[in-house]
Amino acid sequence: MKDWMGKIRTLSVFSLMVVFLSACGRDNLTALVPKGYGAEESLRVIIITVIVMIVVFIVVMAIFIFVLMKYRQKKGQENMIPKQTEGNKTLEIVWTVIPILLLIVIAIPTVAVTYDLADETEKEDSLNINVTGKQFWWHFEYAEEQIQTSQDLYIPVGQKVYLNMLSSDVIHSFWVPSLSGKMDVNPDNENTMYIEAYEEGVYWGKCAEFCGDSHSLMDFKIVAVSQEEYDQWVTDMQNVDAEAVPESTTAQEGKALFEDSCLSCHAVGNTPSVGPNLSNFGDRSTIAGVLEHSEEELVEWILDPGSKKPGNGMLDAPYLEEKSVSEEDAEKIAEYLLQLKASEITPDSAQ
Amino acid sequence: MSTMVANNKRSFGSTLWDYLTTVDHKKIAILYLVAGGFFFIIGGLEALAIRWQLVKPMNDFVSAGLYNELITMHGTTMIFLAAMPLIFAFMNAVVPLQIGARDVAFPFLNSLGFWLFLFGGIMLNVGWITGGAADAGWTAYAPLSTTSPGEGVDYYVLGLQISGAGTLIGGINFLVTIVNMRAPGMTYMRMPLFTWTAFVASALILFAFPALTVGLFLMMFDRLFGSGFFDPNMGGNSVIWQHLFWIFGHPEVYILALPAFGIFSEIISTFSRKRLFGYSAMVFATVLIGFLGFMVWAHHMFTVGMGPAANSIFAVATMAIAIPTGIKIFNWLFTLWGGNIQINTPMLWSLGFIPTFTLGGMTGVMVAAASADYQFHDSYFVVAHFHYVIVGGVVFALFAATHYWWPKMFGKILNDTLGKVTFWLFFIGFHLTFFIQHFLGLMGMPRRYWVFLEDQGLDLGNAISTTGAFLMGLGTIVLLYNIVVTSVKGEKVGSDPWDARTLEWAIPSPPPFYNFKQLPLVRGLDPLWIEKTEGRKGMTPAEPISDIHMPNNSFLPFVMSLGFFIAGFGFIYQKYDLVWLSLVFIGMGIALGAMLMRSVKDDLGYHIHKEDLVKEAKE
Repeated sequence: MKDWMGKIRTLSVFSLMVVFLSACGRDNLTALVPKGYGAEESLRVIIITVIVMIVVFIVVMAIFIFVLMKYRQKKGQENMIPKQTEGNKTLEIVWTVIPILLLIVIAIPTVAVTYDLADETEKEDSLNINVTGKQFWWHFEYAEEQIQTSQDLYIPVGQKVYLNMLSSDVIHSFWVPSLSGKMDVNPDNENTMYIEAYEEGVYWGKCAEFCGDSHSLMDFKIVAVSQEEYDQWVTDMQNVDAEAVPESTTAQEGKALFEDSCLSCHAVGNTPSVGPNLSNFGDRSTIAGVLEHSEEELVEWILDPGSKKPGNGMLDAPYLEEKSVSEEDAEKIAEYLLQLKASEITPDSAQ
Repeated sequence: MSTMVANNKRSFGSTLWDYLTTVDHKKIAILYLVAGGFFFIIGGLEALAIRWQLVKPMNDFVSAGLYNELITMHGTTMIFLAAMPLIFAFMNAVVPLQIGARDVAFPFLNSLGFWLFLFGGIMLNVGWITGGAADAGWTAYAPLSTTSPGEGVDYYVLGLQISGAGTLIGGINFLVTIVNMRAPGMTYMRMPLFTWTAFVASALILFAFPALTVGLFLMMFDRLFGSGFFDPNMGGNSVIWQHLFWIFGHPEVYILALPAFGIFSEIISTFSRKRLFGYSAMVFATVLIGFLGFMVWAHHMFTVGMGPAANSIFAVATMAIAIPTGIKIFNWLFTLWGGNIQINTPMLWSLGFIPTFTLGGMTGVMVAAASADYQFHDSYFVVAHFHYVIVGGVVFALFAATHYWWPKMFGKILNDTLGKVTFWLFFIGFHLTFFIQHFLGLMGMPRRYWVFLEDQGLDLGNAISTTGAFLMGLGTIVLLYNIVVTSVKGEKVGSDPWDARTLEWAIPSPPPFYNFKQLPLVRGLDPLWIEKTEGRKGMTPAEPISDIHMPNNSFLPFVMSLGFFIAGFGFIYQKYDLVWLSLVFIGMGIALGAMLMRSVKDDLGYHIHKEDLVKEAKE
């Protein structure tokens, strides 16, 4: 009998967990299942405040419901005039002092974690990455390693990585809910935050500060891989050969077309560029942060980027105005881009 | 009653002229109510369009550009053009009556305040028909706002500047009115709580709106005259805009919320048939909230990168506001305690407010915790939080006040059954819409997202949210139907249909244009209640019947506002062609000319003679 009860209990706890977890949203996106230091610390403060607040809510609701049940007007008593109480000093002191105590309970961890998350003492000895927010994509520069990349940010797991962030146009905000809270990316002054992923994985990042038409499509990914994989990725990226000749002839033609129409903004290799760096485009998890990584989508994107991401910078590209890239050309460019695989280490390595 | 009869006989033209020129606070209240109600419906339709766009992932109901205009205009409209004027409607309708005054201190300015607000509100919306409304969010963060193409944000800047001037004028007017025009015996600590909250809110307007005015002027120069206050490339600083905006913006929350608290205090006390519990603590809490409200603006900017010291200070200061707010909640609960609680529509809204606002306050403390806010900030959690506060606090109060003071303003009680239907539709719809958004935010949905991607676990929550929004819309339609039905069929009520406590219920519904024939003598808190418990029918007069001095109507406030409105177009379009500057000169000429006329022409008002008052009393 006892065993049976125990099983039921385990089962119900387990199913509750399942319901709870599925209600927490998508893994590697939701802030409710933290996978990194900042997210974990924030969630700790959130849980403390929620607990205190639920206690307050229960007290308020208990009084509220009691009062409504007990003192609601009864038939025949419409004209009853209750006692006109002015107040009650003791009660008023009680409900002033207790909230103060409760707020102290919340304030202490809040301040402690606020300072902890702003800690920059380890910055010098850690991996530093310069992050640039642009309408509507992200540029990542590994200054020391001399790597330029965009959209997919590779980091080693279990290490503090410092992000030095600046915007080149309007204000953006860098948010990877499952790894850490957000930090604004201002055009005026550099902001620094650190992230630390506990497990390997591809984490979803969002722009959280309203930045224009495609604000909702300014997604990026953080690819957390093991230290060895990360080191290999760095070496591979450093050795990207922008001049490498693709195998297939279509891709070769694509490369020529790309150099004609795209290279004025984009770059392959570790040179700075106005538009996204495409060195490892073939390894990306998405196109433009939000589209499925397929040739079909890429061709559509090249021919009509405005329909996928309104107001994005590619709309100013001369090839669109001149209509100099045909569908056939776009297919060739797509083939070239998709074979740009800089490294063995891809989002698939993050397991 | 004679004025009502006269009204019925009037032609439409003369009624219109009467409202265009009126300086009577009760008619200005009706103007605010109609205009605010109109903008509330516009803002509501924008909200429904937003929710419909988000009913499923990657929806294409509206384009990205239009969506951004919708969210910008929804926020701007609801705050500046619906909530503010509706609060002003009830302040105008009730405050002079509650303090036993015949009008506000500056009736002419009162009218000017309304017309400036209305023309500013129209200006904000003109963008819809000239090729795009403002699209940089209601917070208009630079540099997005300063670089937004077209004239949308220009309309935002000029429209808010004009309507903001109106609000500032209104606030000053109420401060002076409450300080100077209280009836004999109406000491500060005998003022009804709605008057107290209106008083503190007016003081907040006085200190908060100038920050907005300055910010808008700087932005106007950035956009229209090539300056670079907010442009980092020219040595400016975009974060300064955020400071200026929130130094205004946070007190603005209390400018709306405090009068809402006042409304609930009146209603809860009336329908519990009890004196407000802890009146002096309530007053103290109101003042304290108003004061602290100025010290917490940067909690909107925890992620800006102000550093841990500033973040911690603003976090703790913000949490402190929970204490006076908590005092208020408990005082309301203990007003109910031991009462004889009658549940009708205004009371239902007030009772619905308590749990709703408690939730809003709880999430308020949560977002105040800076290190937790790094996750909440700019996500749907924040959207949920401020809707719990502003809808659950302010809009519920406005609905409650509409039902509570409707008989005083129009002489008829709104249908109670329809009122309850409105409440339940709106209340359930509200919680359906916004409760789930707390979770959507934490699940990774940032706010102001035109579309959300598939496969992010956000589909169900958004669909539920949209369903709720339409229930709220349905509730509002029932209210409109109720207003029409009541206007046509409703029965007239006497001066005191609720057996209430404060002075406004001591005079006929609707009140005569001079309010009090004789100023009342106030002998304590809840003056009418005191007289009633002592067996008297009405207030004891504090003066013999004598001539009453009244202000003359004036068309000048309308003309001045129209002048600024015209000049606004000139300021905007001169960026394309300097010919448009002529509109600036014409508009400013009209406005300044009207001001000059007001200054040089003596307007001494007129007197209602004692004999007429006596005669009217005999009829």
